Amino acid sequence: MLIVACIKQVPDTTQVQIDPVTNTLVREGIPFIMNPFDTHALEECLKLKDRFGCRVAAISMGPPNAEATMRKALSLGADEAILLSDRAFGGADTLATSKVLATAIAKLAEQDEIALVICGKQTIDGDTAQVGPGIATRLGYSQLTLVDRIEELDMQGRRIRVRRKLEGRHEIVEAPLPALLTVVREINRPRYAKVPMRLMAGTAEIQLWNNQILQLDATTIGLKGSPTWVSRIFSPERTTGEMLGDGINDPVGAAGLLVDKLLEKELLAL
Amino acid sequence: MAEQKPPKKPRGTARLIDNSCIACGARCQSACPVDAVEMNEKGEPIIDFGKCIGCAKCVKACPVTALEMFFTLEEKQVLAELKKLQEQAGAPPVAVEISDEEAQLRQKLAAYQGVWVFVEQTGGEAAKVSWELLWAGGLLARDLNVELCAVVVGDQVGHLCDEAFAYGAQKVYLVDAPVFKHYRTASYLEAVSYLVGKYQPEIILMGATGLGRDLAGAVATRLQTGLTADCTGLAIDEKRNLLQTRPAFGGNIMATIVCDHYRPQMSTVRPHVMSMPEHMPGATGEIVRVDLPLREEELLIRVLQVISDKQGEQIDIAGAEFIISGGRGMMGKENFAMLQELANEVGGVVGASRSAVDAGWMPADRQVGQTGKTVRPKVYIACGISGAIQHLVGMQDSDLIIAINRDKDAPIFQVATYGLVGDLFQIIPAITRRVRELKQAKGQ
Repeated sequence: MLIVACIKQVPDTTQVQIDPVTNTLVREGIPFIMNPFDTHALEECLKLKDRFGCRVAAISMGPPNAEATMRKALSLGADEAILLSDRAFGGADTLATSKVLATAIAKLAEQDEIALVICGKQTIDGDTAQVGPGIATRLGYSQLTLVDRIEELDMQGRRIRVRRKLEGRHEIVEAPLPALLTVVREINRPRYAKVPMRLMAGTAEIQLWNNQILQLDATTIGLKGSPTWVSRIFSPERTTGEMLGDGINDPVGAAGLLVDKLLEKELLAL
Repeated sequence: MAEQKPPKKPRGTARLIDNSCIACGARCQSACPVDAVEMNEKGEPIIDFGKCIGCAKCVKACPVTALEMFFTLEEKQVLAELKKLQEQAGAPPVAVEISDEEAQLRQKLAAYQGVWVFVEQTGGEAAKVSWELLWAGGLLARDLNVELCAVVVGDQVGHLCDEAFAYGAQKVYLVDAPVFKHYRTASYLEAVSYLVGKYQPEIILMGATGLGRDLAGAVATRLQTGLTADCTGLAIDEKRNLLQTRPAFGGNIMATIVCDHYRPQMSTVRPHVMSMPEHMPGATGEIVRVDLPLREEELLIRVLQVISDKQGEQIDIAGAEFIISGGRGMMGKENFAMLQELANEVGGVVGASRSAVDAGWMPADRQVGQTGKTVRPKVYIACGISGAIQHLVGMQDSDLIIAINRDKDAPIFQVATYGLVGDLFQIIPAITRRVRELKQAKGQ
């Protein structure tokens, strides 16, 4: 029985800064990390491995340098790591991305029966939350997004019961396997890699699958297979507002000025 | 007399303009038909001029015009000569010929008409974002001169048709049957895909909520069309395509996305990003009732229980009109009581930045920002929040933004209407006291 974790290597967007002079992204020295939501997806796979003894495969589509993130997955306990990398996959939107990932998962399913595919709820660079549903729809798996707890997993009966976290409510949902889950941060606390595992992962084999292996029609993947494309990128406009009083030497006076402004604009109900 | 053959028009080669590549993800490389583009470690293209055939496909694919066509001096001369020759020969024919491919594409796209809004509901109650989308969809429908339609799916949800008309829909597609009582991806996917196949809208808008994102991702994949998440701006271009603008790269940049070869064009929009339309009770329109031959036995997924988060304990910052948020500068969990005190006086709620939530000072449901909630209150007070882009994206559309921060260079001041530089532990209690004084003076 196999469980698949979908992971992505992303730039740490919290460390990105805008050059105030040129108004462009300062990319120098921004570290690449495993998408934070995906660390929870991988952890949930590893917890199930601990419990059921199933194998865990980590897969990712990305450039060759995403190998670093695949090694991290191995050091945490994934049994195999597969990097889907080919220039024909580049420039993909979410539809073309889910095509490649779903095809790779289907290929894994030929070797071993898949119980679950687990993804993070979204990435921090794309923020779309679209690839998970895309994979589920393509493979015909039960789609269970925003899971914050696996209530029960019955491998023999081939059913899963999860709790989903939605706006102002939770849902308990039961579905047949195989299922695709996307998970939120609350689901678990990711483990740390132990030193021997890290050493092992440093030299372990990362399987590289290119399009020679997946054999996908070039018009359905990468930029060519993407219905959406970016026509323009620009910096968000910002204008500096009015500074009120001298808050350092006269905090009470500055506070008074602010209250006056709020009253003036009728934003304060007394 | 032998006619002099005009020189061949030079095609030039593509070249990278220094310091303008943003490492978008190798779009230029993917666009190149002759593999003349390699990417370096920084994600910038290196163009092999020997291989480049000057087709300019990479130049067109670049979202930030970081590539240009380069011509040598000799080539420029030839171009100038050609231009002169052309001018002598008179103006070129004006009529632009449309290729067969282009004509076929136009025909395919023209078959799709109308703007649809998916009305999200749970237990017969509509999510407010659906009405906000009717406002946004109304503007698009007006520009396109097409119908604005609502899609209502559920069990005993006929009353939502009236609501949809009141908020501006001209037509409602209604799928009303017990099998649709609870949202399930499989059943709603069938319903929406069926409606799209039959009635062919050009645009579909859905809320970027848990439910909306679950459905939109599945529908777009089934229909094999484009979907853009979390749009903050929607407009129509001269070719009747939808321009979808959204924050990208954690909100550090804005990207405008188009889906010009496929229909329908699908977008999700977060709650509170668009305005509420005017409510016109009694407005009517056409209801198109659609029955689907979908039976409960065919569905393998069961919603066993819906647990409503406790009211009272649960404060929805996304719908609040007055928000006072604290960040790293609050120094500790206990200091949020000071914000709550002010919130009590002004009838507001307390929010938090990502660092305050990550530090465990406030629960995750109070987080404002790209990975938290998008808010659009009348007043937003940011206390001790430096203003990381990921936070700004979630609150920059607030009507009035007040920033209180020790650091006068903090980016939060760039989006603030009013800024106060100083010690928030002095300023905030002073505001609370001032409001109390005014209230007492008024009460007397």
